[in-house]
Amino acid sequence: MSAAAIAVRDLTRTFGTFTAVNHVSFEVHPGEVFGFLGANGAGKTTAIRMLTGLLAPTSGSAVVAGYDVARDTDALKQVIGYMSQRFSLYEDLTPRENVRLYGGIYGLSLGEIRTRSDQMMERLGLQAVAKRRVSELPFGWRQKLAFSIALLHEPRVVFLDEPTSGVDPVTRRQFWELIYEAASRGITVLVTTHYMDEAEYCDRLSIMVDGRIGAIGTTQSLKREFDVATIDDLFVKLVRPGASVPSAGAPA
Amino acid sequence: MSDAYRVPAIQVTGLSKSFGSTIALDALSLDIGRGELFGLIGPDGAGKTTLIRILVTLLRPDAGQAIVLGRDVVSRFRELRNLVGYMPGRFSLYPDLSVAENLRFFASVFGTSVEAEMANIAAIYRQIEPFATRRARDLSGGMKQKLALCCALVHRPEILFLDEPTTGVDAVSRREFWDLLGELRQGGLTVFVSTPYMDEATRCDRVALIHGGRLLAVDAPAAIIATFDRPLIGVRAAARYRLLQTLRTFPTHRTVQPFGETLHYTDRRDDVDSARLQQELAGFLHQHQFDDVWVGPVTPTVEDVFMERMGKAQGATP
Repeated sequence: MSAAAIAVRDLTRTFGTFTAVNHVSFEVHPGEVFGFLGANGAGKTTAIRMLTGLLAPTSGSAVVAGYDVARDTDALKQVIGYMSQRFSLYEDLTPRENVRLYGGIYGLSLGEIRTRSDQMMERLGLQAVAKRRVSELPFGWRQKLAFSIALLHEPRVVFLDEPTSGVDPVTRRQFWELIYEAASRGITVLVTTHYMDEAEYCDRLSIMVDGRIGAIGTTQSLKREFDVATIDDLFVKLVRPGASVPSAGAPA
Repeated sequence: MSDAYRVPAIQVTGLSKSFGSTIALDALSLDIGRGELFGLIGPDGAGKTTLIRILVTLLRPDAGQAIVLGRDVVSRFRELRNLVGYMPGRFSLYPDLSVAENLRFFASVFGTSVEAEMANIAAIYRQIEPFATRRARDLSGGMKQKLALCCALVHRPEILFLDEPTTGVDAVSRREFWDLLGELRQGGLTVFVSTPYMDEATRCDRVALIHGGRLLAVDAPAAIIATFDRPLIGVRAAARYRLLQTLRTFPTHRTVQPFGETLHYTDRRDDVDSARLQQELAGFLHQHQFDDVWVGPVTPTVEDVFMERMGKAQGATP
């Protein structure tokens, strides 16, 4: 078993003549918050689908929490969590019903589900709305609940696909504190975002360009290496080579 | 409002709208002048889409009044529909029609033709012309967006409404889209655009910050930032989560919020100046074994102001 939480070697996926992910290699350490950035269509979603065992690689390998994503898909799904912006909770169910559903899917006992559900409602301050439908909750609360449910079965690696898109600035930061807290308990977090300030919250980050990893490192090391002031500027530099990098927040 | 925008394009007075028990807009008032590039900035659920749908005559308000280009949105909706362009948040073109067919369809609905209007949309259309025969559903996200913009402009509207055109779009495409909006504004069009991304405020002439169906502020971005009236201190260290937790134990801390790799700190005391505060924080953090810490003044952003006002608005709500 590899010491890395995620170990990717030469991972490749083609669709017909199109190579969506092209010989990608990187490692993520246990307990690390890893930002997985890229332009729309750069191959992020394809890569995440392979890392979560939903799509078979064409070639290369990926080991997540000790399991090969192509061979050990069932075992893999027990040790990873996933949350996306669009689909995570059943909106016609209450928060408690969602917890019970997901707990059941992951094979937790009713007793365990009740205990964890109580803890979660208290920690997120949801006791007052625990019996209302999720669709009636403010959007930011739903996202915090969705994240907690993604951690319900105590996965070792959790994948977050644009978890904070559209969330208000205060709740967005509370969400990131939940991420930090999870990481401090040793959970490895791979997160995608279009908020470039959030990219800078990550321990390390990578930027995918046309199916490859265009840059990888800490915020500081990347800024030095590419001689840019912000990750936003680095993003532009990598995705549109030759374009002049305007100063951050230049007026129209 | 500055003199340049004296001719009104949008006048909203006491506008309210509820859906069941949810109050989407709460007695909202707002004025926008002709030729402005105006940003409506707030998170999901703030009321952005409801306001835009009322302004483009697709939804009736429960109370209050909205006048667009001198016409009431309820009583004169038919006239207005020829004068406003609207790009909804969800892709709303016909996926089975090609790029050229979609454009021709929207032109014909408004009683004009693509050929007659080409001068108006040429700059944007040129970028999607190579895909003219491709079905809309097979376009990339950025191309779909440009087609939707062409369709919203093809009847030469006097005012353009865009509902979250940059949501879910990568940082590079967002910049390019804002460049396009800037060009439309240069051409004299009034542009009203909503977004959840606070950093896009600086691209607008003026912005309204919206939360919970109410406006937190309306002004030029620089003027909004200038209302931030207490010292804002930036703090950086490698161990960011520990730094955040430690700063929250500083006895007089008021807010500690992450902004990229820097934490923004404000203090509860009103009479303490920035320099002394920096000294105190640096000393406190050294005591707590941060030896790589940077402490310095930082300029507030629109997002700092939004969070500040959001806190006050929530504090005021029973």
